[in-house]
Amino acid sequence: MELFLHQFLAGLATGGIYALMALAIVMIYQAIDSLNFAQGEMAMFSTFIAWQLLQWQFPFWAAFFLTIAIAFVGGFVIERVVFKPIRHAHQLAHIVVFIALFAIINSMAGFLWDFSIKNFPSPFGSHALFGQRLISAHDAGMIGVTLLILALLYGFFRYTRVGLSMRAAAANPESARLVGVRVGRMVALGWGMAAAIGSVAGMMIAPVVFLEPNMMTSILLYGFAGAVVGGLTSPGGAVIGGFAVGVIENLAGTFVPYVGRELKLSIALVLIVAVLTVKPSGLLGERTVHRV
Amino acid sequence: MNTRPLWIRIVAAIGAVIVMVLPRRRLAALILVIAVASILPFTVKNFILFQMTLVIVYTVAILGLNILTGINGQFSLGHSAFYAVGAYTAAILMEHGGVAYYWTLPAAGMVCFVSGFLFGLPALRLEGVYLALATFALATATPQILKSSPLEPWTGGVQGIILNKPDAPLGLPLNPDQWLYFFTLAVALLMFIGAYNLVNSRSGRAMMAIRDNPIAARSMGIPVELYKSLTFGLSALFTGVAGALGALAIQFVAPDSFTFLLSVALFVGLVVGGVGSIAGTFFGGLFILFVPNIAEHISKGLAGAVFGIILILVIYLIPSGLGGTIRLFLYRLLQGTR
Amino acid sequence: MARFAPRLLPTAMLGLAVAWAGPALAQKKYDTGASDTEIKIGHIGPYSGPASAYGAIGKTIAAYFNKVNAEGGINGRKINFITYDDGYSPPKTVEQARKLVESDEVLLIFNSLGTAHNAAIARYMNSKKVPQLFVATGATRFGDPVNFPWTMGWQPNYQSEGRVYGKYVLQNHPNGKIAILYQNDDYGKDYIKGLKDAIGDKIKIVAELPYEATDPTIDSQIVSLKASGADIFFNVATPKFAAQAIRKAAEIGWKPVHLLNSVSASIGSVLKPAGIEAAKGVLTSSYLKDPNDPAWKDDAAMKEWTAFMQKYHPDGDRTNAFTVYGYLVAQSLEYVLKRCGDDLTRENVMKQATNLKNVELGLLLPGVKLNTSPKDYFPLEQLQMVRFNGESFELFGPIVAGDIGGGS
Repeated sequence: MELFLHQFLAGLATGGIYALMALAIVMIYQAIDSLNFAQGEMAMFSTFIAWQLLQWQFPFWAAFFLTIAIAFVGGFVIERVVFKPIRHAHQLAHIVVFIALFAIINSMAGFLWDFSIKNFPSPFGSHALFGQRLISAHDAGMIGVTLLILALLYGFFRYTRVGLSMRAAAANPESARLVGVRVGRMVALGWGMAAAIGSVAGMMIAPVVFLEPNMMTSILLYGFAGAVVGGLTSPGGAVIGGFAVGVIENLAGTFVPYVGRELKLSIALVLIVAVLTVKPSGLLGERTVHRV
Repeated sequence: MNTRPLWIRIVAAIGAVIVMVLPRRRLAALILVIAVASILPFTVKNFILFQMTLVIVYTVAILGLNILTGINGQFSLGHSAFYAVGAYTAAILMEHGGVAYYWTLPAAGMVCFVSGFLFGLPALRLEGVYLALATFALATATPQILKSSPLEPWTGGVQGIILNKPDAPLGLPLNPDQWLYFFTLAVALLMFIGAYNLVNSRSGRAMMAIRDNPIAARSMGIPVELYKSLTFGLSALFTGVAGALGALAIQFVAPDSFTFLLSVALFVGLVVGGVGSIAGTFFGGLFILFVPNIAEHISKGLAGAVFGIILILVIYLIPSGLGGTIRLFLYRLLQGTR
Repeated sequence: MARFAPRLLPTAMLGLAVAWAGPALAQKKYDTGASDTEIKIGHIGPYSGPASAYGAIGKTIAAYFNKVNAEGGINGRKINFITYDDGYSPPKTVEQARKLVESDEVLLIFNSLGTAHNAAIARYMNSKKVPQLFVATGATRFGDPVNFPWTMGWQPNYQSEGRVYGKYVLQNHPNGKIAILYQNDDYGKDYIKGLKDAIGDKIKIVAELPYEATDPTIDSQIVSLKASGADIFFNVATPKFAAQAIRKAAEIGWKPVHLLNSVSASIGSVLKPAGIEAAKGVLTSSYLKDPNDPAWKDDAAMKEWTAFMQKYHPDGDRTNAFTVYGYLVAQSLEYVLKRCGDDLTRENVMKQATNLKNVELGLLLPGVKLNTSPKDYFPLEQLQMVRFNGESFELFGPIVAGDIGGGS
């Protein structure tokens, strides 16, 4: 029983990572109706920028917020420069450009900072909480940050004009234009926000998994799984999905005999397919109805 | 100097494909392509031949993906899984079953057809981005499954299986590389003819109808679910046969050979060649084999970045892919003469 | 007659000299890739993809050969070092190997990395009779002179090392219980086999958990391993995961006897990131001098290496043991090529490589030497157990040999 509890909490901790990633993914999906395969790399690159700032003796929180700002601007610029020209191309072409972006960012990170692992400090410290070493302060802090961002996003979309404009631009670009929403700018804004959330995700994740150019690759898949399971239209769902994926993966890995450990990724796959088969838009997602 | 015959070959191939677009001279074009392709082994080094064999293998794999995505409109980022199944089927049959290499191809095709069909069934419920994700997860999980202990006695686990390259039969004066090239070429041509006939048949039109407007297709009486699953199976068959050919060319299969990066490469090849363009798949194959080498040549440290930039440029300049653009260009060109 | 005599003697002497030197001069033999002015060496490494951290080795080797060339080359010949990226994908390794052999026409390929990757090209290299020297993997299968006479490893093989740890545990913790974390591939399994071979059934293994290189963290495994009640932990993980394991174990208050595999035995790349406090007491084995270890601060060979890094490889990470590895393996090849003299045939390269007798290289630990014979294709078999005391690796115990390979 104790093992179950430990694994459950460990799963929540890893799930926190996936949930943060899933949030960023959902954010960008809301903006551009497509999945950004380079999301993880952008997060990783932002984290490297933060690391570099720390190497240059910036205090932690200064580096943290500066990185978020840089990531925001970076996301905005990438959208304007890379994606605007192909706005009207086939969706598949978009995905290929994401892939290209992935390759470019990964390669540049390796070139600038090489491929060995680096330590990234946690603002929450690494001591254990509650004395019993069930969950570390950092893991708890990460979960807290996830929920905070979720709340901020909720408030943004619900209660601010800009948030409303963004939702309108994503839901129905033509009508939104007619009421004066600058759709292009909203999309770029969405990118910036997704990049900012991604950078927070990266800075929360790096203390756990160590910073290196390939750190996000597998996390991205689990993040996708979490986002899909929870519903790509629902940030809350994405967070729940992320936690669910973390816990299920941990418990299955520990208690399913023989193959549980070796086939963790397959579990993610089975999860995705199973949930989607039963509820095609995810647990908390809404069915998007297309007019014929 | 070694690349000069290659460039000639590419120009000739482009010329051939251009000719291929003109409906009346299709047969002549086909013969031209075959002729050029057949002279190749005797003019270039074995290594270039090996690379061209791989290009043909990837072309067939991309053709499979094209049938699914280009013709039928279902996304897949998981075709490396079917490629792997085809490769391992061939390897296991040859290694444990002592089966001759040419029989492994239909076997691989069959196994992949079934597995593709089976995967297509739950995939019916998934659309667009969700299907892409599910297939992406499939691709990522495949190496793990291949390594897993229950399968290890068959797959050789991480160490993989080493295969022997077949010798030319009947004592023909060809070295194994040349023979494999011709064998691969012949199989590829068969697959191409098959794909071409499929696309131009009633079934093909039904598949395209499903892609363009599934509701209208259904109301016209097309059994959408059946067709979609069958297309998945067929697509997997093509890619699986390519996988088997690839295993013969490389002479080795291991789980690390079939990561999701392969899926991504096939997808990139599909888009670069032109989604929906059968002839374009060849350019896709050329792209994914040679451009990474070119990128590495340009910059050792930033090879990935160079590759990404080239890719973006290709998408910008030719968003409908090389195959589609050439066709477009030619029709415009021939506007006046026809 | 007297008029001719003065010319006769020098002529006779010249004639004698030619007769002596004749055979030597006539012995300038070259295979493809070697000539009077250069030797072409091929190399394949993962500069991109999941194993890109190991790209640091290839970069160090390239820098080393720059140094060799700047100092006049080997026997007056410049080294043309050609390296290609295989992205850690075996089909690409095959393609690059064929390119090196058939297009670039190298004399040999050396230090290609990865077990599956070397397996993929082994048959090709052997059928073409091109040396596949000093492969960068400790997999035991690459010391097989009967089936693959042209393929040779370099570093101590994993099974040997596993045995070393097994023997240690038998001697020092005969009543202990072992928990193992391993990477779920041949590298991990090879180590475990070595350990199991050494301990037989005398010591119980209470938990054996794999992880995949694609797992984000191994925290879950560590939690389970602690719960197994083991007091000895065998950590068969690559640097990133080894560091995670060390840190997580400390976090959850698990303090077993920690045996770390040598692939991750790097102060700079593993122990420091994991946390000095957490890593104190970690046991591992090594065969080379760690650049972060203050014990070698005044060591002549280490100083030479530092100077080399500063001059020829300033971008290299001097805290990363991979750079020492690259330096050593390049030196090993330099030694073999030097011994070839003017007979630069592939056959002679293998002949020299299979006849290394107690070769000492500066950055190898004292007492560790390269030894090969036509029956023993494992150049390095000796290891020294060390304990990390928070600052450096304290040597303890004797140099041990893993006893696989039949000795010389």
